[in-house]
Amino acid sequence: MMKKITVKVNDKSVVVPEGVTVAAAVYMAGETAFRKSVSGQLRSPVCGMGICYECRVQIDNQPHQLACRQLCREGMEIRTL
Amino acid sequence: MTENYDVVIVGGGIVGAACAAELNGARLRILVIDAGKVGCGTTGASMGHIVVMDDSEALLNLTAFSRELWLRLAKDSASACEYLPCGTLWVAADAEEMDVVYQKAKNYEEHDIAVEVLDHKSLYQYEPNLAQGLAGGLRVAGDCVIYPPNCAALLLQGIEVRENCNVCQISDNLVSLENGSEIRAEFIVNAAGAAAPKLTAELPVEPRKGHLVITARYPGFCQHQIIELGYLKSVQKMEKESVAFNIQPRPSGQYLIGSSREFAGWDDSINRNLVNRMLTRACDYMPALKEMLAIRTWFGYRPATRDKLPIIGSWPNVKGLYIAAGHEGLGITTSLGTACLLAAEILGQSPPIDPAPYRPSRLFRENR
Repeated sequence: MMKKITVKVNDKSVVVPEGVTVAAAVYMAGETAFRKSVSGQLRSPVCGMGICYECRVQIDNQPHQLACRQLCREGMEIRTL
Repeated sequence: MTENYDVVIVGGGIVGAACAAELNGARLRILVIDAGKVGCGTTGASMGHIVVMDDSEALLNLTAFSRELWLRLAKDSASACEYLPCGTLWVAADAEEMDVVYQKAKNYEEHDIAVEVLDHKSLYQYEPNLAQGLAGGLRVAGDCVIYPPNCAALLLQGIEVRENCNVCQISDNLVSLENGSEIRAEFIVNAAGAAAPKLTAELPVEPRKGHLVITARYPGFCQHQIIELGYLKSVQKMEKESVAFNIQPRPSGQYLIGSSREFAGWDDSINRNLVNRMLTRACDYMPALKEMLAIRTWFGYRPATRDKLPIIGSWPNVKGLYIAAGHEGLGITTSLGTACLLAAEILGQSPPIDPAPYRPSRLFRENR
């Protein structure tokens, strides 16, 4: 059986299968907006492979991390917008 | 086909735009011509730092006078200008550079420019993200930051502008366009920046390329435009390539990182080696920059002169021709002062500051 890990998305605990991306965890937590543009538009991943930079979230207090390009780790704290 | 105007300004960068705005009150028919889009050449590539410089008496007078004009404009149109009253913080790395701080403080104070000398401790109170071990600095609180393309557009409000229009020749009271048509004008202003010598042969202006990098948004990382005092050496040295640490906070929470200087003609590629040196220098001064995301890199061509002063005033040998070019890296600051000097000469009014140090005639004296 696939191992499960727990991460936090905007302070809410989510249990995800090991090996999923941060972007997947954000969607599993029910969030659809990842970041805000300079003019305040809501943005979410477009390319899914680290080119468009629309998937940026804060991970463990580090801003502007690419959610599509990082896998979830146990206890990770993810923050959108 | 020949058209007629009172004034034709060639170049819709910040300098041309400022000249147009200054002459606009004088009931003249003015046309501004730009080879591309207004404010999108060197103006659009620049930082927009409004700064008083004390390299020479002439530069101090022009930058101090221009800063006053900017503060007046920014007060009336703060949001259009994206005005940020952040001041400048000159950083001294060691005791030798602290001596420069004291000298600068004296120069500024003699011209009634308010400054604050910072020791080691007060430097870090203002900017805690600076690298440890720096000696101190000089804070010039009245300097500020604006967004140059917006300011160019603001200055050009209500003025006739022709974009994507190539001028191929300027002769006696005549501007010839690439499409074969001609414009007759009593006054012609060559404000084409680094491209000005293409239209006025013998104008000693050379492109001095510079790169900038912009980061993603990290609000609160630094409060001032911070420049290493070594910057002055980078400007003065006429060597082929040089870098100096220069960072600017933007109202969006982003940071512009500079600076590089390079004599590379009109080379239009990113010099990766030089950008690397520039960013390494920036990380030496602010190590936390290493963790930040840079989202874009670009470059522009500063219009450099040998004596580090712009060329402002009537040009001999071509009837009706005036020059407003050669501002190197200070064109955003000095554009407004330049416009006042040029308008005073054209309209026969008394100049607000002594125009002699910037006049084209100085160039010919030197040659003799």
